[in-house]
Amino acid sequence: MTERIPGFATLAVHAGAQPDPTTGARATPIYQTTSYVFESVDHAASLFGLQTFGNIYTRIGNPTNAVLEERVAALEGGTAGLAVASGHAAQVLVFHCLLQPGDEFVASKKLYGGSINQFNHAFKNFGWKVVWADPDDISSFERAISPKTKAIFSESIANPGGVITDMEAVARIARRAGVPYIVDNTLATPYLCKPIDHGADIVVHSLTKFLGGHGNSIGGLIVDAGTFNWSRERRYPMLCEPRPEYHGIVLHETFGNFAFAIACRVLALRDIGSALSPFNAFLILTGIETLPLRMRKSCDNTQAVAEWVAAHPQVAWVSYPGLPGDRYHGLAKKYCPNGAGAVFTFGLNGGYDAGVRLVSNVKLFSHLANIGDTRSLIIHPASTTHRQLSDAQKTQAGAGPDVVRLSIGIEDQEDIIADLEQALAAPE
Amino acid sequence: MNHDSYSDDYIRGILNTVKSIAMVGASEKENRPSYFAFKYLLERGYAMIPINPNRAGEEILGRRIDARLAEIPEPIDMVDIFRGSRHALPIVQEALALKPRPQVIWMQLGIRNDEAAALAEANGLKVVMNRCPKIEYGRLSAEIAWMGVNTRTITAKKATIGGGIQRLSLNRMSVRGGATEAAAAAERAQHEEGTH
Repeated sequence: MTERIPGFATLAVHAGAQPDPTTGARATPIYQTTSYVFESVDHAASLFGLQTFGNIYTRIGNPTNAVLEERVAALEGGTAGLAVASGHAAQVLVFHCLLQPGDEFVASKKLYGGSINQFNHAFKNFGWKVVWADPDDISSFERAISPKTKAIFSESIANPGGVITDMEAVARIARRAGVPYIVDNTLATPYLCKPIDHGADIVVHSLTKFLGGHGNSIGGLIVDAGTFNWSRERRYPMLCEPRPEYHGIVLHETFGNFAFAIACRVLALRDIGSALSPFNAFLILTGIETLPLRMRKSCDNTQAVAEWVAAHPQVAWVSYPGLPGDRYHGLAKKYCPNGAGAVFTFGLNGGYDAGVRLVSNVKLFSHLANIGDTRSLIIHPASTTHRQLSDAQKTQAGAGPDVVRLSIGIEDQEDIIADLEQALAAPE
Repeated sequence: MNHDSYSDDYIRGILNTVKSIAMVGASEKENRPSYFAFKYLLERGYAMIPINPNRAGEEILGRRIDARLAEIPEPIDMVDIFRGSRHALPIVQEALALKPRPQVIWMQLGIRNDEAAALAEANGLKVVMNRCPKIEYGRLSAEIAWMGVNTRTITAKKATIGGGIQRLSLNRMSVRGGATEAAAAAERAQHEEGTH
């Protein structure tokens, strides 16, 4: 007897949620509480000792957040999840569980600029060293591995340049090195790409973007694929050595293939504290219910807008893997067959001034520093997010003076294009 | 019987039917996985009998430790094997010698012995391998979802409270939810390498 496995849209609506056991409330309640009463001293002892499942304190776990955790884990095909305050927090907690001071990790150099900053600067204070590799030269990941390497990190679709990483090739390198492969799947979402199917051991998200999808809540999430054998590698003391915090339990031995998610919760989140508000979890959960509809519409819009932009006489180039001539088109067809995402960049012949003019003249696009909204968004990185960099640094980061980034929403396609058309036609 | 995957109905049926469980290899040490499972199942109302020849006569959570299955004075419904895979066959042989026989042989997460399973099944016993009854109880009741774990179940039916704060009943109508195929494949690969 084979049981039917529900499809993606069904899981987006249902996974993790059930009618409330006491009130029957069908929407997931917002459990806006800091703490949970104990049945007895024994019950408290079981909870604190991790011997039973349940809630103690919302920094460590919350029933609303738990619905979000299970939902994203189910959509990604992982064994467990952990919701945290932001995508950046997710990355801090993951690396906290993997690295000791003096350790290294290898990361693709084509990443969200915020991650590049975090890895280069904030992580240095923890004694964690990032070694950069080039996703256009997969062997550079292998060359970057040293005896101190504890993990490999990349994005599935990189922000903002539309670089698609050959995840299966990177995963093979990670397996040979005996280290987990972490993929940030924020831009693709599991609707477009499931990194676990391509060899990722850990998936991280900024829920702030397409998963939440409405530009109203910051959040992050860690998914444990349940694929990494922590006990065999013996190089990850948070997972495979007795923990003094919990009377000497060994997390991998006790929690098996969801031990990494537990470590992130009961060691990293407990002690670092970047918990997600249940109110944010509720808003993001509501957003995820329509993820398949929104991503479909945004991707269709983006394909049309990218084609229109590419044909515009003021546009020098477009970087969108959905376009047949794009260098990542082949990888996009393999890893994101349902669409190449809804974020892309293009260059204006008129350079810096033309970029400033475009963001000043759009009326439907919102000029702001985010992506993954129902609304269409625009930014000129050289005059905003990347302003502090030198011209050479800007160009290397994919934020040269001529670059404009769009995140396409779910408005009517014709209106999105008409707004770009009038803004590009505006007089100098 | 396919022992690579079990239906939720099969597992729920076992956990709903058995009342007494002999745990072979139960440890009195608070930080051991067997202690975790023993305590959780005891708290959920199962009559737990610890079996450990090295600790016979001592107690785990007020339950007297017996040295062997044959020493348990009352009938047992299920034998939960918390020993390495190679020890499973003699334990099944001991279980089959009991009168009355238990109905279920359960081998813990990471433990699989197809020969022992075949012997038990040939004698009409139900077999579960490479699963933890605590995790399965938590998964099918959805209690484990409080820890962010993917229960791989979905339902539009109201959960039933299981008696007490933060207790959910196993009697929950659900259908299969998201698969975790990569984790299952990794587990099979580990078994083939014999690392457990």
